[in-house]
Amino acid sequence: MAEPLVVLDNLTKRFGAGSGGILAVDGVSMRVMPGEVLGFLGPNGAGKSTTMKMVTGYMTPTSGRALVCGKDVGEDPIWVKERVGYLPEGAPAYPDMTPASFLNFIADVRGLRGSARSEAVNKAVARAQLQGVLRQPIDTLSKGFKRRVGLAQAILHEPPVLIMDEPTDGLDPNQKHEVRRLIRELAREGGRAIVLSTHILEEVEAVCTRAVVIARGRIVADSTPAELAARSKYHHAVTLSVIPPSGVMVFDELAKVPGVARVEDGGTVHADGGAKVTCTLVPVRGKDIAPAVNEFVRAKQWKVEAVRLEGGRLDDVFRELTSGVS
Amino acid sequence: MRGWWPILKRELAGYFVTPVAYVFIVIFLVLTGVFTFELGNFYGQEGSGQADLRPFFGFHPWLYLCLVPAVAMRLWAEERRGGTLELLMTLPVTRAGAVVGKYLAAWAFCGVALALTFPMWVTVAWLGDPDHGAILTGYLGSFLMAGGFLAIGAAVSASTRSQVIAFIVSVVVCFGFLLAGYGPVINFFTAWAPAGVLEALSGFSFLTRFDAMAKGVIDARDVVFFGSLIAACLVLNAALLERGKGA
Repeated sequence: MAEPLVVLDNLTKRFGAGSGGILAVDGVSMRVMPGEVLGFLGPNGAGKSTTMKMVTGYMTPTSGRALVCGKDVGEDPIWVKERVGYLPEGAPAYPDMTPASFLNFIADVRGLRGSARSEAVNKAVARAQLQGVLRQPIDTLSKGFKRRVGLAQAILHEPPVLIMDEPTDGLDPNQKHEVRRLIRELAREGGRAIVLSTHILEEVEAVCTRAVVIARGRIVADSTPAELAARSKYHHAVTLSVIPPSGVMVFDELAKVPGVARVEDGGTVHADGGAKVTCTLVPVRGKDIAPAVNEFVRAKQWKVEAVRLEGGRLDDVFRELTSGVS
Repeated sequence: MRGWWPILKRELAGYFVTPVAYVFIVIFLVLTGVFTFELGNFYGQEGSGQADLRPFFGFHPWLYLCLVPAVAMRLWAEERRGGTLELLMTLPVTRAGAVVGKYLAAWAFCGVALALTFPMWVTVAWLGDPDHGAILTGYLGSFLMAGGFLAIGAAVSASTRSQVIAFIVSVVVCFGFLLAGYGPVINFFTAWAPAGVLEALSGFSFLTRFDAMAKGVIDARDVVFFGSLIAACLVLNAALLERGKGA
């Protein structure tokens, strides 16, 4: 069994003293193994960034501790910082510098010299695909490129632990895709622990092997994205678009299908041959209603435009998990 | 102290990739020229048969009062606002390394501006027969005083994310240090303050300490004063950095 690369042990951070203080992180414990890509989910202000700032040694915990590669961040911060690659929120970089001079500076600080330095910089540049903008001031780059400069900075020294705070926040879909591709590539290399925070759920499904949901400073769920989705009431729900003969009460009819708990209206539009009705059939928890629905519709000889089996809506689970915490 | 050297290099290069360095140096040189030749009555004293740089050095405290806080204000306030402080402090550098690296870069930059006033020295050497030792001491004193102002400004900059606030507060604090030994200020305190306080107060005066050096008198106590003031400000700077992280 491999050793965990990141261990959080009852990590707590309180801002301000006394009863007026804010408990930003409240006894968070978890471990991240090599090879894992952990999605750290939660609404804004849930304590994601604060947790990451404590793991990377920027903030000191009020109590509890964070271990990276087996060492306490508070005991040997420099040793830990050598082993962590960190992309802070918004990918800050010195705006007057060019990506080339910025990455060389980071390599310098990380103690890389001579050919090792140029090799590391070149590799990071190639991975983040920065070749075209190396000599432009960072200030003048698009958001997507700025983010990639931040990523290049974080992976320059091939860290065993990579921590990214909102790596795709504020990017357009193409840029998001690029950044996710890079994260997946880094994950494939193996042996590395990657932690990324986000409040975008599709991101967790797209890149993560594990999802930890945090709300008001506490962990409220810790499982795989698929398991999390399965908690949704929409897990195994069926969404249908049908054109029934006129006069048929579609919702009432569909509600009679065995295993269907509820029928949700998805809207009606006019189409060739009548009104096209879209609805979602929510199953009784744990029931698989797809075959029954299929049979029912075929027996009625309704014209089916589209059928989709829902895997579960993460948004829904997310809301449920994070709004009920007091 | 780990990391101070790459940080110093980056900072120093940073001054010269933006117009900041050039604007600063040009204004500094123009103002020293104007002050020395016009207000300082440089030629007037020439008539009295003296060839030295006292009118030149005489204005340095006042020039530094405005210009050095302008260099210092961005040191930490900019890092804080731009979020790069978080980046810097999560790299494997110690706080001391970051504080010293940034400070030395700014000080070296001030040194470059000061060194570029060498034509003044050349001028007096050409016109007369100055005491070169005294001029060198004057330069050393000026550089030390700039370092003192800069250290105060750096500490102030570490306590805020606004460069404007950093600038104004630094100017006020530096003004206080400048005037600490000034006659009217001392007189104001003489009326009621005990002698010990009075002495301590005038001991903090940049003006008195610099005046001696501008005349060519080098006193180890003055060097120690500036050295320990700088060290104290840098320690304060590091402490303020730690405190402000939560924000």
